[in-house]
Formats: sequence, structure tokens, C-alpha cells
Amino acid sequence: MLKTTATVCCTLLGLCSAMPAGAAGGQVVIGDIDDLSGVYADAAGQGAIEAANMAIADFGGTVLGKKIVLLSVDHQNKPDIGATKFREWADQNGLNMLLGGSNTGVSIAMAKVAAAKKVPFIAIGAGGASLTGADCTAYTVHYAYDTTALGNGTASAIVKQGGKSWFFVTADYAFGTQLQEAAARVVTANGGKVVGAVRAPLGTTDYSSFLLQAQGSGAQVLGLANAGTDFSNSLKAAEEFGITKTMKPAALLAFISDIHSLTLQTAQGLYLTTGWYWDLNAETRAFAKRYFAKMNREPTMDQAAYYSATLQYLNAVKAVGSTDPDLIMAHLKSTKINDMFTKEGYVRADGLMVHTMYVMQVKTPAESKYPWDYYKVIKVMSGEEADGTQPDPSCSLLKK
Amino acid sequence: MRAKTAVYALLLLLGIAAPWLGLYPVFLMKVLCFALFACAYNLLLGYTKMLSFGHAAYFGSSAYATGWLVSVHGWGSIPGILAGVAVATLLGLVIGAIAVRRQGIYFAMITLALSQLVYFVCLQAQFTGGENGLQGIPRGSVFGLVSLGPDRTMYYFVLAVFIAAYALILRIVHSPFGQVLKAIRANEPRAVSLGYKADRYKLLAFVLSASLAGLAGALKALVLGFVTLSDVSQATSGEVILMTLLGGSGTFLGPVVGADIVVTLQEYLSDLVGAWVSVIIGAIFVVCVMIFRRGFVGEIERRFSAPRRP
Amino acid sequence: MTSIFGVPLPAILGQLMLGLVNGSFYALLSLGLAVIFGLLGVVNFAHGAFYMLGAFAAYVGLEFLGVNYWWALLLAPLAVGLLGILIERLFLRHLYQLDPLYGLLLTFGIALIAEGVMRGLFGASGKSYPVPKLLQGGVNLGFMMLPIYRAWVVAASIAVCATTWFLIERTRLGAVLRAATENARLVQAFGINVPLVVMTTYGAGVALAALAGVLAAPVVQVSPLMGSSLVIVVFAVVVIGGMGSILGAIVSGLVLGLIEGLTKVVYPEASNIVVFVIMAVVLMWRPTGLFGRD
Repeated sequence: MLKTTATVCCTLLGLCSAMPAGAAGGQVVIGDIDDLSGVYADAAGQGAIEAANMAIADFGGTVLGKKIVLLSVDHQNKPDIGATKFREWADQNGLNMLLGGSNTGVSIAMAKVAAAKKVPFIAIGAGGASLTGADCTAYTVHYAYDTTALGNGTASAIVKQGGKSWFFVTADYAFGTQLQEAAARVVTANGGKVVGAVRAPLGTTDYSSFLLQAQGSGAQVLGLANAGTDFSNSLKAAEEFGITKTMKPAALLAFISDIHSLTLQTAQGLYLTTGWYWDLNAETRAFAKRYFAKMNREPTMDQAAYYSATLQYLNAVKAVGSTDPDLIMAHLKSTKINDMFTKEGYVRADGLMVHTMYVMQVKTPAESKYPWDYYKVIKVMSGEEADGTQPDPSCSLLKK
Repeated sequence: MRAKTAVYALLLLLGIAAPWLGLYPVFLMKVLCFALFACAYNLLLGYTKMLSFGHAAYFGSSAYATGWLVSVHGWGSIPGILAGVAVATLLGLVIGAIAVRRQGIYFAMITLALSQLVYFVCLQAQFTGGENGLQGIPRGSVFGLVSLGPDRTMYYFVLAVFIAAYALILRIVHSPFGQVLKAIRANEPRAVSLGYKADRYKLLAFVLSASLAGLAGALKALVLGFVTLSDVSQATSGEVILMTLLGGSGTFLGPVVGADIVVTLQEYLSDLVGAWVSVIIGAIFVVCVMIFRRGFVGEIERRFSAPRRP
Repeated sequence: MTSIFGVPLPAILGQLMLGLVNGSFYALLSLGLAVIFGLLGVVNFAHGAFYMLGAFAAYVGLEFLGVNYWWALLLAPLAVGLLGILIERLFLRHLYQLDPLYGLLLTFGIALIAEGVMRGLFGASGKSYPVPKLLQGGVNLGFMMLPIYRAWVVAASIAVCATTWFLIERTRLGAVLRAATENARLVQAFGINVPLVVMTTYGAGVALAALAGVLAAPVVQVSPLMGSSLVIVVFAVVVIGGMGSILGAIVSGLVLGLIEGLTKVVYPEASNIVVFVIMAVVLMWRPTGLFGRD
């Protein structure tokens, strides 16, 4: 009998923990699922959480009389963790809106949950254009930037400068593939040629063998279709093996945090495309100053996007008078965005937040006059120039 | 005997009542899938003392097969699950055939390396989606009759499959085949001298274990709706070993308890301590190996089955 | 440009060169594993974790204590080796009389703890470790530009491997070690403190892993996960070479590094799995491994 009780107790102990967490009734719950410790942790990570909190505080802490709560968790670049946590928060914690991603693969998985659970999902940091294409949902908003804009910005600038033959080193998952595609399209459209490509797993630290292949191809441009620490590691290795002497590196996605860790010495002259820069105007500088006071670093485009997206959502809730997902999405898709992040942004039918993009060049050490003075604007692209005038035809939302 | 029946009856009752008690069905299903995985693993570790260090290969490959067939090719759920089990069985046969030739440490090393091979194949193969994994796998229905979409219905389906598989394991262990395995475990040279082809029995046990692990994987694919590389990873292989060890290898309920505890810990702890979860899991491993070798159920059984004679 | 099988020669030579570098790491790591297994019968699953700890010791030394690379080469293995001795004394020692699988499981648990702690402290992405001034720059070999540091890695690894092999196979100290594995009681009867020998040997094997970690730090960036996928390849290498054989470990490590490099240029998709495939083949044909004596 004792054995019975004991065994049953053990099992019950375990099962007890499956008790549902308190579902939030009188709260507006915003979730943040992002990479807090891995490859993309510097681009968004803890800083993004801070930015979201700043937005909530600036908004006043409550909306429609309810307290605003921010949940956050690290998805560790694993789609299963991201999807599971999102589903759990939707089922158990009364989640009203999700911010996040950074990793395109994880974001695609989360977008699917957003559609199933009808929770608005503002994808920030993930680049994959398929989030508003083949993987689009009625509840996804793709903020900050996407691979199409990056291709149209950086690839275009480099091809027009004479970089006609390209070899890609690509992060082997949705983001890398889509970024390579976007850039390749621009290259061939401008009379260039893609000589070859090689795929490196996400998180690779030793790029020597991939770069050797790049060198062997004889291409003029080394297209780095990766981001975060993948990008900085591959660039450093390219320098180490003398490849930057014979090939021009193309930073298809780089954040100011990457440039900071690479130092201007290594990164100078690189072209990159960004949706936001801290030193653009008085408003951006004001936000950056407040952020710097808390984090001791200048904010990246993603972190600024978190701030802006949170405010836009809360404003939508206030305007619509509820957290009903369909009403919110309708409101978001019909309101112009004019804030610190962008002056003429709008959410397209396929969910993409179309806004001004900037092609930047990294300054030389001599040109940089103060800390974090890293970029000079080469070209200002309107939203339409960056992402086209029409929504992505492969998005099923448009096929009515 | 009566105590045992009482335990099972109670657990069955709990199992059936669980969704009505307000417990989160998706979490429960996850526990059941891993409990099945651990029971399958225990068949090998507990009853034949073969430490397979790469069992995630069968769990994950079956999950991928089922997920792919169901989501991309529109297969029904049941045929999908059966296909997944078939894949796991085949893989178990191939790897087992290579591995059972050796024993102990060498066996473990071989299963480890070969499962890593499976991991890399899954990473490269187009259909698995590599780092992205397979997403949005529909739950489907039972032969088109009962939709498995609603969490509760799916839960009962998974519970039924789990009970059936568990009963199968009980049957296997108590069968003549199971007796031969016990003999081989106790003294292999002797069993061989008695005319039993030990390698064949061991291989069969291995394949059975792989099949059931595959069943667990196929179920998991449908329950959670996605399959990723972590399902074929070293980490998952390690987890199932921990579950079996923690619960008590060589007992029947041990793996279930172990799976319950480990899955719960991971759920809870990942919210609280994030990356430190693996530290705690590792620490539990160390504690189990050093002083808690029989695991929860093992210790309980020992304590309460001690002979009452003075 | 000459080519073999349609692949340009410079590309092949370049990948072979990189393969040699990887092979040196494999050799150094499998050496440590073989030493520990051959002399202790323990499969040290924590080997990858010690490799990682060695790299972190160098990183922490540089960032916080001002210990430069050259000192780190000496101090990091010592520090990590001491940790290894501690682990042997506190945990492993009690498991020798049990099934060797418990030793494997214990070291597996230790690896999880080590990786988890480092991940919690430092995050999962790599920390960069600079190449020491003296070894910066590269040599133009014609078919590729070889960073001097990588050449140094090859040289250092081979030197350490050769020295260790010599110590174990050709000196009296090595003879004592080998005798202790065969018959501990007899050796103890000769007045040699066997538990001390065992403990030191484990520490030495672990120190070898840590040394590999320091050498690797400027190449692969210091990250908590750097050991976990590498250790499985190293296990395969050791199985191929023969689990107790020191020479087997060294030779297999180097050769497999080269084969991997070659595969990268001829059939890149298979480069991750080629070692495992070879292992499966070798096991079917020669179960004790190429140089193994079982």
C-alpha cells in the first residue's frame, strides 16, 4: 500500500506543475520571444526588452484602464521553443500581442501560431521576406526591414559600383536563403552574375573552409548573406585569410552592434542597408540618449523598432477601444506611422511595414568624430524603392 | 500484485480525468510522448543493459517522416504514424546490426556516432527543412472520422496509444522472449552456451525499442505540430537517458515518472532560469549516477519490497 | 591551373591545409581521450567541456587578469587539469568498481553542468579571442594565404602529441602507467601509489584537452558550445584508431582531418558525416579499430 501511495504521489507531484498559470484577465499582455543569448542577442536581445519597457512607460503603463505587462523569454534560436512558448502564453497567460523573433526560422514558426491563435505578431529583427510572402498570415506585421529591402539597397549599390561577379557565403536557414535570393535577383537584374554560393550552419565560428571556396571562385564580391556574430566572424576570417584584399565584402545585413564589435578599422568602407540609425535626426538622437543612459550602447535598428512597434500597438488598442485582434490588425493596416522610427511608414496588405530605408557606408576611423559615429548616408530609399509598390503576390491573403 | 493493479487503476483514472482537472492538455501530451519514449528506451537499458547513446535518432527520424508525409503529402494521421514507426524500425535495424556486435562502452560509442550521422543527414536533407524544421503539421483525424484538432480529443488519442504501447512493453518483458533477454543480461556466455543466439535477441530488443521510440516521435510530431533538429539531437538522447535513470531503469513506471519530472522541470525552469536549466539537469544526472542509481521508482520499490522476515 | 577530377589544385591544397589544422585538433583531443580511456577505462564524455573550459580560461585570463596567450598556454591546462583532478577524486573514483557505463554517464552530466554554467555566465554566442601579436599575419603559399597562427597550431599539436606518445610508450613513467592499468594491485605492491597515478593521469588527459582549447581560441571563437559537437567527432576518431591506442588516436586524428578537408572540396555535403561513415566501415571490418588492442 505504501508503494502505491508513494508512486502515485511522485506522479502527482509532476502533474501538479501542469496547473495553468494565472490567466490575466484585467491586463494587457505583451510578449517578447527573442534570441537573448545567441547569435542575434546584441542586435535585439536585452536591449529590445528595455526598449519595449521604455515604450510602455512612455505610454503611461496602462491602456483602457488595464495594466500593461511584458513577458519575455529566450528562444535560443530554436523554432520549437519559440512556437511552444507563444502557444502556451496564448493559451495560459492571455497574451494579446507578440513582439519578436530576430531569427527568421523561429519567426515563421511563430507566425503560424499567430494565425492559429489569432494573436497579432509583430515580427522584428527577422529578415525573411517570406513572412509577408509565402508565409504571410492575417496577424503578422513585419517591421524594421526585410531581405528584399536589403538586396535592393546594398546589392544594388555594390553592383552599380562595378561589383559584377558575386560569391555568397550564406547562413543555412530561411533568412540566409532568402537574403541570398534577394541579393542575387538584384545582381542579375543589373547585369551581374552569381558565380557560386556556399552554405554555413547558423552559429558557425570557423569560416576558413567556406571562405577558401569563395576565394577559389574568382568572384569580385564576397556576399555575406548572414548576420549577427555569423557576419562578424566571417568578415574577420576573410581579413585573416587575406581575402578582403582580392574580394570586396558585401555586408548584406549588419547592425551597428556588429560594426562596434568589429571596430571601424576592420569594417570601414562597408556598404549596408538599415531602416533606422540613431544619429539621423533630433528625434532619433533623443531616443538614443535615453536608451544609452540605460544600456550604455547606442540602439540598433531592431531595438528602436521594438520601441516604435509597442507604441503603435498600444495606440491602436486605445483608438479601437479593445484588444480584439481583427480590429487591431485592421487599424494597423490603415494607419500611417509617423514617429521616432519613421516618418512615412504604413502597413501593407501583406503585413509588411513599408518605410524609408537608408543605404549607409561605414566611416573610416579618421572620419568618425565621436563614439558610435559610424555611418554616412549614401542613399535614401523611399519605402517603394526598397520594397516595391505592390504587396508580395505570393501572399495568400491577397488571393481572394 | 494487488498493489500494482491498484496503482495502475489510479493512474488510469487520473489520466482520463486530467483534462477536466484543468491541466494543460498540450503539456500532458508532451509528457505522454516522452514517457513513451523513455519506456521504449528502458526496454533496452533496463532489460538488456545496453546503453544506447543516440536514441533520439529513432524518435526524431520517425517524427520527421510522419510530419513530412502528413503535412507535405497529405497522408492521413494513422498511416502517417505507421510510416514513422516503420522508418524508425528500419533505422533501428541498420544501426542495431552494426552496434550489437560490440558491448558496453563500444556499443554506446557506436550508437552515439551513428545517431550523429542521422542528425547531420537530417540537417542537410531538403525535406526536413534543415534549421527551420517542419512546421504547421496538421493533426488530421482518425481515419477521417474523429478530428484530432481539438486538444482534448488529441489527448485521449495519445493516452490510448500510450496505454496500448505500455501494455505491449509489459507483454514483451513477461514473454519467453523477455526471459531470454534476462538470461542474456545476467550471463551472456552462458546463454550462448545454451544455444541462444544472443546477438539476434539483442538486435530484436534494439529494434523493438527503436520502433516504440519512433511511435513516440510520430505522436509528438502531430501533437505539437512541428519537428526540428533538436528532436534528433544529442541533447534529446541525453534527456531520455536521464528520464529513465531518474525514474528508475529496470522498472515499469520508472521511465514514466522520470519523463514527467524532467519535462515539468524544463517547462518551469526555463521560465525562471533560462540557460541554467542544463546545469540543473546535469546536476541531477550526477546525483543519480553517484547516489541515486535506482531512480525514484527503483528506490521506492526496494524500500517497500524488502522481505518482512525478521 | 591544374585540376584533379575537375577540382582545381589550389582548392584541394587549400582545403587539405585547413584539414591538417582541424586534424591537429582532432589528434590532440583524441590523444587526451585515449590516454584517459587506455589508462583508466573511463570514457570521458566531459572531454569537450574541458576543451571549452581551457579556451574560456584563456579568454577570462586575457580579459580580466591580463594573462597573455603564452602564459595561458601553460596556466589554462594547469587550472583545468586541477579541476579534472578534483572531479576524479570526488566523483569518478567511486565508480571504478561499477559498470563503466556509469563513468560515461557521470562525465556526461559533468559536461552538461560545465556547458550550462558557462552559457549562463557568458551567453551562447562566441567571444572573440585575438591572435597573439607574434603569430599574426600570413604566409602566401601560392594556392592560399596561410595565417601563421594556423601553422603554429599544427606544429604545436604535433609536438605535444609526439612528446606524449614518447612519454607513455618509451619512458619508465609510461611503463608504470601502463602497468598500473594492467594490474593495479601488483603495481601497488611495488610501492607505487596507484590512486595518485590514476588521478594525475586523468588530470593530464584533461589538461591536454584544455591545451587544445587554448590553441583553438583564436581560431573558432570561445563559446560554451564549442566542445559539444566536436567531442562526438573525436569519439568517432578514437574508435577508428582503437580506443586504447595512443598512436592510433594521433594518426587517425590527423588523417581524418585531411580526409574531411578533401571531402569539403569534392563533396561538401558529406563533410560532416564522413568521419562517422568511415567509423561504421572500420567497425564492420575491424571491430577493435585500426590500431586497437582489445
